[in-house]
Amino acid sequence: MVAELLIISVGAILINNFVLVQFLGICPFLGVSKKVDTSVGMGFAVIFVMVCASVITWCVQYYLLVPFGLEYMQTIAFILVIAVLVQFVEMFLKKSIPSLYSSLGVYLPLITTNCAVLGVAIQNITKFGGAEMSFLKSIVYGVSAGIGFTVAIVLFAGVRERLESSDVPEFLKGMPIALVTAALLSIAFLGFSGLSF
Amino acid sequence: MAFSILVPVLVVGGMGLVFGVLLGIASKVFAVKEDERIPKILEALPGANCGGCGFAGCAAYASALCSGGVKPNMCPVGGEVVAGKISEIMGVENEVKEKMVARVMCNGNPDRAVQKYYFDGPRDCHSAARLGGGEKMCAYGCLGFGSCVEVCKFGAMSVKDGVAYVDIDKCVACGACAEACPKKIIKILPLRSKYTITCKSIEKGAATRHDCEVGCIGCGICAKACPKEAIAISDNLAVIDPNKCVNCGICAQKCPRGAINKVTPTGLVRLEKKPQKPKLTPEQIAELKAKKAAENAAKADSDSIEKTAEFQIPADK
Repeated sequence: MVAELLIISVGAILINNFVLVQFLGICPFLGVSKKVDTSVGMGFAVIFVMVCASVITWCVQYYLLVPFGLEYMQTIAFILVIAVLVQFVEMFLKKSIPSLYSSLGVYLPLITTNCAVLGVAIQNITKFGGAEMSFLKSIVYGVSAGIGFTVAIVLFAGVRERLESSDVPEFLKGMPIALVTAALLSIAFLGFSGLSF
Repeated sequence: MAFSILVPVLVVGGMGLVFGVLLGIASKVFAVKEDERIPKILEALPGANCGGCGFAGCAAYASALCSGGVKPNMCPVGGEVVAGKISEIMGVENEVKEKMVARVMCNGNPDRAVQKYYFDGPRDCHSAARLGGGEKMCAYGCLGFGSCVEVCKFGAMSVKDGVAYVDIDKCVACGACAEACPKKIIKILPLRSKYTITCKSIEKGAATRHDCEVGCIGCGICAKACPKEAIAISDNLAVIDPNKCVNCGICAQKCPRGAINKVTPTGLVRLEKKPQKPKLTPEQIAELKAKKAAENAAKADSDSIEKTAEFQIPADK
């Protein structure tokens, strides 16, 4: 059982990294990765939202949608859950960590439409279905996906910080070099696809 | 049929209702009380977020003002006008703050300062400073790649002739340039004091003289000449006390190195002219030449006597 959870975890963090392999959640990945500090904050916000979303969407799926035969309402129901969660995180951060709140800026509400979060919620259902321990697996998958996102964005922010002080050719300055960097990181993560258990 | 429509409507509507109630409760629990003066102050502030007040930005300064213990005249950009508005909002007496400007304490352009090597790396002061302290022999010289220009949000900095230059009309003394300069040769000084020692070198006089034509060698002529005793020499460098200076300009005239310059009304911080030596009349020049020739002849005479007294030096050597 533990081995199975470990495989799910490593798979979500490295092999099927949400950002760099499945290209989900690119918007905040590119938007909030100028500084390592804010990217760490963003990473933790996403982890929190993903875990909560995994728990709540699992409950919504198996206690509301399936009994009433409303599986076709999955997308709208999940988006509703995620939007509420993000709103909640926003209120929480504004109260307790105002500096992180102001540095995340517009990208915090953008988690609402972050496809990585919706991706986790939907993949939880399609991957684990109604299988045994699917609730626990969903939570582990949510945490791991969040960690994978954080790893990717922090690595990327580190590279971008170094880019600031290096001699970049004029035509590559700004977004082009950032996208090239993201592509190289993605290639690096492709190396993990050779991992097998 | 009606049932199959009603159920999803009820389920999703119910979810929305529950979530809405939860969020409503949360917004009460996590409500942040904002001082109603903060938005007013923010409106009065220029919104440049330069950090010249010593806080992270305009919003940080506004909240610091409201929590107390901070003076309303800290904003260097807005000056007296904004200070007046803020004092009105806060209901306190306004204190007049002196207008300050940034000054570059270097006048050593490539013609005047000796180059150590040619720097071919990124056009950035920090990169240049990392490679042996920059191109100039003088370790306190302006590197001239304009890291100060990049950080200035008011367009007051520029690099002319390889030395940074401040437009005092645009400068608001936020101090961003002084912070960015890897050589720390930009100082924020009161505008009232017009004369500036445009050198930061604390090397010994001989070394400064070798490295730069217009460096302060700490000779102390200015300090002696100053009628108000406003200039002191410390670490081989003259420093003007702006509180004592009366802008008489005697120091700039007396400085043998041209290292004291005036902030002029046109916004120039640097004088390009070196103090002129007194002109001699043609008769005086002729007299001096004759005197020198006589001295040389006498010296040559005594030299030849000494030499013949010792060994004979072969003619071809």
